[in-house]
Amino acid sequence: MKMELIQPFINAADAVLSQGLQGNTKVGNLTMEEDAYRRKGVAGMIALTGDIEGRIILDLEPHTAVRVASHYAGAELPESDTLIKETIFELANQVVGNAISALNDQGFHFRVHPPLLLTAQEGDKTSEDTEALMICFETAMGSVFMNVALRYNKRRMSDHAAVGA
Amino acid sequence: MEQFAPVKRSKDGQPVRYLIVDDSVFARKNLARMIETFGGQVAAEAGDGLTAISEFDRTHPDIVLMDITMPQMEGIEAAERIVQAHPEARIVMVSSVGYQENIVAALQRGARHFVQKPVKPEVLYEVIKYVLGEDGSVAVAAGAGV
Repeated sequence: MKMELIQPFINAADAVLSQGLQGNTKVGNLTMEEDAYRRKGVAGMIALTGDIEGRIILDLEPHTAVRVASHYAGAELPESDTLIKETIFELANQVVGNAISALNDQGFHFRVHPPLLLTAQEGDKTSEDTEALMICFETAMGSVFMNVALRYNKRRMSDHAAVGA
Repeated sequence: MEQFAPVKRSKDGQPVRYLIVDDSVFARKNLARMIETFGGQVAAEAGDGLTAISEFDRTHPDIVLMDITMPQMEGIEAAERIVQAHPEARIVMVSSVGYQENIVAALQRGARHFVQKPVKPEVLYEVIKYVLGEDGSVAVAAGAGV
């Protein structure tokens, strides 16, 4: 997986979390994951199709998700509140939206699909060419995990090249 | 959240009325809280473009804050339909997808401005003052934040 695809997502997550949580965000460990995704807590997944395909998962441990959602809501939320899921979805949307804005300006075109809540403890095993990168963002409210698995859509890219030739 | 000097309607000194359109409850709540800090009032909320059109017809808000990616009808199409029926409508697109094609499409189809998410309150405040123009006035109160 090319870093040029990943970097806009890291930049976007850093910006969205820093601004929303009103504090410095530190980009922590980056690890490659070739095994099936194991959910940590409240996890929202957004799929992308187009010139680049794959998915982004934003995953927060349950207590971190409650703290983050409560911060945005301006009130203490119970762990069962649906606004917690909504908050994670919207944060994921903002990260993906900001990242694809940068990639679109470089000529890549996408379709962003609505966020889905991951409920299974373990996801599908990623294929060879969509090995995932896990990035941990350290915030004042706890760790936010972003799992990015993307690959070039070779058919779409060769179509572009043919048109451009 | 920071308080801003209230923006009122020039014609009657009443709070500016907003229609908030976003499929995310979280985003709508967040924008509603910001609007309160601007001294505004939420006239209605909608979770998709079709509902936005009917809510506009029902409430005639001063400003519409419209997301782009939504179910049933996307924000740019809803904005176009509202402006076709109400040329005076002031629509500000609010979306995390801020690439040039999207912004140009929204402006060409009747939106007055574009604000990228995550929304900075101070940016939205300035955009609202700009979009209202002479139809809005900032009430300078003692101790006002901005």
